[in-house]
Amino acid sequence: MRFMVIVKATRESEAGVMPTPEQLAEMGAFNEQLIKAGVMLAGDGLQASSKGARVVFNGKERTIVDGPFAETKELIAGFWILQCRSKAEVIEWMRRCPNPYPHDGGYVEIRQCFEAEDFAPAADSGPKA
Amino acid sequence: MTTDSHAAIEAVWRLEAPRLTAGLMRLVRDLGAAEDLAHDALVAALQQWPSDGVPRNPAAWLMQAAKHRAIDLLRRRTRSDRKHDELARELDEGMRLARRDPADALDDDIGDDLLRLMFIACHPVLSAEARVALTLRLLGGLTTDEIARAYLVPEPTIAQRIVRAKKTLAKKRVPFEVPAPAERMVRLASVLEVIYLVFNEGYAATAGEDWIRPSLCDEAVRLGRVLTTLVPGEGEAHALVALMELQASRLRARVGPRGEAILLLDQDRGRWDRLLIGRGLAALDRAVALGGGGGFYALQAGIAACHARATTAEATDWARIASLYARLTDVTRSPIVRLNHAVAVGRAEGPAAGLVLVDALAADPSLASYPYLPGARGDLLERLGRVEEARAEFVRAASMTRNARDRDVLLARAGAKVS
Repeated sequence: MRFMVIVKATRESEAGVMPTPEQLAEMGAFNEQLIKAGVMLAGDGLQASSKGARVVFNGKERTIVDGPFAETKELIAGFWILQCRSKAEVIEWMRRCPNPYPHDGGYVEIRQCFEAEDFAPAADSGPKA
Repeated sequence: MTTDSHAAIEAVWRLEAPRLTAGLMRLVRDLGAAEDLAHDALVAALQQWPSDGVPRNPAAWLMQAAKHRAIDLLRRRTRSDRKHDELARELDEGMRLARRDPADALDDDIGDDLLRLMFIACHPVLSAEARVALTLRLLGGLTTDEIARAYLVPEPTIAQRIVRAKKTLAKKRVPFEVPAPAERMVRLASVLEVIYLVFNEGYAATAGEDWIRPSLCDEAVRLGRVLTTLVPGEGEAHALVALMELQASRLRARVGPRGEAILLLDQDRGRWDRLLIGRGLAALDRAVALGGGGGFYALQAGIAACHARATTAEATDWARIASLYARLTDVTRSPIVRLNHAVAVGRAEGPAAGLVLVDALAADPSLASYPYLPGARGDLLERLGRVEEARAEFVRAASMTRNARDRDVLLARAGAKVS
């Protein structure tokens, strides 16, 4: 099963404040554990929404709105893509995550990705050679 | 106990059991005893955590709980009549560990211990079946029941297989060690083989079955990734991960809406998993950079990469695939690989060139009942315009296959030639 873990934005992340070397080292060590366990497929921190944009859909119309966006709590600042055997496993991993919000408090959100089985039945055909 | 805390303990267990068992194995040098000690620690957790909550550092908690019991065990052993120097060594080690923080003791050498555990679970004195079961149990943290369900055999069969494997390892006095350089390549090859066997078992799984079977693919790729962090300098380990990531990238595209198998060239490439393709190609680059471009897994990964890089079936670099298969025939001598080589040549140089190679295989007794041989021959004949001969080959292939869906496809092709 594949999960996305979403890190919410903070005033600091939105202000473009970079993590301290200690925070970076802590997060690096945590990522290292995920890699050594073979569960981390991808992950990145995101730049502030001031560098982003939105494509707003309204019927056939498309309107482009440049960042920054006001509602900080609804924005995201980073993500992991993890391969785990259950949601409980992801929870156990994220309990071990260094606090991404040392000043504010906050949460990371765990969401499960859709898999092929969610759309269609699977069938057999062996790998080649 | 709430289901939540039960699920939490199970999750901690799956994450920690391999490291815990590996650390205990270093202490007590006996797989059965190490597993029992780890399991006792789990039982203690199941008793305490639901009321006290999951501890802040569950790994350290479990190791602490197991360590107390391990020291007891070592003390009891001193009262038995075993060789004095052996006892002294065990006790020294036990006391050295006992003085240290258990979490530190684990972290210091945990990589090496996990690697030793992988090597011992995949030891060549064991049968392939036993190696697979032991690896899934020790490194995957799967229960015997889960392994049994994954392999469609009764649970006692797996339990027995594991018990016998542990006895064999004890009887043959297989040491808990990273093998010496002279032995290393053979031992590593055994580990890679076991991981790939697990992957293929999952790959062959069908739908509607227990979730555990297809998830064997995920578990195999995960174990492969773990291995590459333990032996980062081994090109073939990276190559195996590349091969598995690339094959796994096509898992969801190989089945049609009615559950029918879709062959690689007919798959909707938009459904290929780009994340896994990217990871597979990166792993292959690492394998090649480490000088591991010519091995069994690297060549297959190279072939899988050719397909992954082609945005359409027509854009496939068949010349490169044919040359990789040619090199693979030197490595494996497998007639099936030679058949695949012939098919690739048929794409790269035209059906006539492919047919010469396929016909050279016709007399191979190991392919006598292999439906893909007449299937491939039929395909080449069809492209040469030799319609009646092609039709006969498809009918022959259909009579040989045991897969009903494959038979339908082959008969349809035979029928299409009537007009």
